[in-house]
Amino acid sequence: MSGTVERLVPADLGELVDRAEIVICCGSGGVGKTTTAAVLALQAARDGRRAVVVTIDPARRLADALGLTDIGNTPTTIDGDWDGELSAVMLDTKSTFDAVVVRYAADDDQAQRILANRFYRNISGALSGTQEYMAMEKLYELQADAAFDLVVVDTPPTRHALDFLDAPKNLTRFLDHRLYRILTAPTRGAMKAVNRVATSFIRQVTKVVGAEVFDDAIAFFQAFEGMEDGFRERADAVLELLDDPRTAFVLVASPRRDTVEEARYFADRLAESSIPVAGLVVNRVHPRFSDQLPEGLRERARTLAGTDLGGLYGNLADFALIRSREDEHLEGLAEQVAPAPVARVPYLRSDVHDLDGLAEIATHLFSTDG
Amino acid sequence: MTDAAGADPFFTASRVVIVAGKGGVGKTTVTSALALAAARQGLRALIVELEGKSGLASTFGREPLDYDEVVLADADETGGGEVRARTLTPDDALIEYLDDAGLGRLSKRLVSSGVVDMVSTAVPGLRDIVVLGKVKQIEQRMAAEARRRADQTGTGDADADADAPDLIVIDAPAAGHAITFLRSARGLIDAVRVGPIRSQATDVQRMLSDAERTQVVLVTLPEETPVNELVETAFSLEDEVGVSLGPVVVNALYPDVEGLDADPAEAAAAAGTSLRKGEAAELAAAADFRRHRIALQEEQLARLAEGLPLHQIRLPFLFESELDPEGLAVLADAFLAGLAEAPVEPTS
Repeated sequence: MSGTVERLVPADLGELVDRAEIVICCGSGGVGKTTTAAVLALQAARDGRRAVVVTIDPARRLADALGLTDIGNTPTTIDGDWDGELSAVMLDTKSTFDAVVVRYAADDDQAQRILANRFYRNISGALSGTQEYMAMEKLYELQADAAFDLVVVDTPPTRHALDFLDAPKNLTRFLDHRLYRILTAPTRGAMKAVNRVATSFIRQVTKVVGAEVFDDAIAFFQAFEGMEDGFRERADAVLELLDDPRTAFVLVASPRRDTVEEARYFADRLAESSIPVAGLVVNRVHPRFSDQLPEGLRERARTLAGTDLGGLYGNLADFALIRSREDEHLEGLAEQVAPAPVARVPYLRSDVHDLDGLAEIATHLFSTDG
Repeated sequence: MTDAAGADPFFTASRVVIVAGKGGVGKTTVTSALALAAARQGLRALIVELEGKSGLASTFGREPLDYDEVVLADADETGGGEVRARTLTPDDALIEYLDDAGLGRLSKRLVSSGVVDMVSTAVPGLRDIVVLGKVKQIEQRMAAEARRRADQTGTGDADADADAPDLIVIDAPAAGHAITFLRSARGLIDAVRVGPIRSQATDVQRMLSDAERTQVVLVTLPEETPVNELVETAFSLEDEVGVSLGPVVVNALYPDVEGLDADPAEAAAAAGTSLRKGEAAELAAAADFRRHRIALQEEQLARLAEGLPLHQIRLPFLFESELDPEGLAVLADAFLAGLAEAPVEPTS
């Protein structure tokens, strides 16, 4: 990948997929991040770029959307009628973590000892933010891969859409934990005084969780010894990538109050780091059938109650009402992320689960009316 | 005050109802509606909220929740019960657990030094188990109180608590995590061989797999992907956790409207009125959209019924109101109406 100097704030999403090198799609659960990420990568491929989309989705929605039955932790090329290339990766947290361990281990023996350790097996699946961190790790790996011009990442369904931003820091903080220094100290035959304090702690805690947890932990840190620096450097590099001007953040929301609030919170967090939002995608916007006010339509439905026409007005009033409320929710958000382009995708008539469906969404994302 | 005698059997089938489903399907809404429906039947419901979301209290028009119980809806003269709610975060529950485990003196220091963080990382599922353990504690208080009430000798039950709720409604974490969450007990039983955590996990697992104590209500939208995920989740929960599943809630269905099939111009003529220019097309387009969505909904409801032989409770999409107390009342009524319907009977 070649570095661009300035952070990209595209005029529209078409420019985004043509120029960005990394796109991170963020938003609350259920707003359509996975589908949006797939559409962005697909459009880039149509524009002649070599794009890869990464998803963390455990429910295989990306695979479904791409009409694939088996994509995995390494890029799978999707064949189609486009000038560029399109690949997809479904993140496997554990395999990715294992690969990182193997990369930094001094030799195969050290790697195997860690991979077999029960404490490692526990943390590699459960450490808070591991999935998020591994998504970033995968992103790092793919952006460094000369086979791709654009990497699009769908962020994990964390409690907060932006927990993943802290994931690399969480991991290094874990590795730096003072307690581990203490735990591993006995094998170094030093720090006897500290050790006594530690022992009292451990005795207390083992009462609650059982001693084997600590035995496993100590064995893990013994096996891990010497690898921390490599790990930490990698985590720092991953963190820098988030801050890299080549990385563009796209917010995905639905026109509901809660998801809009989440998106606004995210935009604030990015602003704190002086990172502009590169695009806003609002999915599932109800169609606007009429310019008439909902109240007037509702009144008309009331006076015509009991007739077919009354029903028809009632229906039109329903949609006028919901659309006006959606516009209200979105008003502040669009202004907040300005000048980022805003794309509204209407409530589609059916679910998207194939390339045709993605192409239909693309017509809404990449049309010029914004 | 409390009169469970007339309540729908659903509310008395188990003491704990866990509301689960993927993000964005309206779990919190359904949790609130279910609790309010229970209150309408004279029960005192306690909502336990696990993710620190502020949305729940506002649906009742109240301030955000706290670790301490707050009343969200008052009992009334017509025999309605109270709805209370509290949050239960893993951190709070863990500190409380450490206190109970005799580490009270140390618990603050354990937390501030990061030891708790470390231990809960090293023992996956620990955070979930202390939360579920806390739920179990409330559930046991309820059981004791029920025994006391049933006991005619007047000797009572030492652990009884007249203030205990009649039903606990849990707003579970989102989809994938819901399974991990409910599986945490079994996982810990495998991973930790001795000590209080193991017995805690064993107790929690016993509560989860006992139909008289716990049932899970799964929530979905009438759309393809959520329906698929719900069916998958249902089978994993039954197989891997052994929980009993209550009815499925299908949220946000567009209600049918009279006259959707009518031609606007003809309908206007029949009603003896005229339409403004362009209005016929607007009315027709909106009617067409709704007809299409309703047809899709029906397909999904049928697919769901085919994939999962559970009674479906259908809640309407609220066009009229945001989710406020008024909208919530509509949903609580719909919930009760859904319960009253005979199971497996296809409805239009």
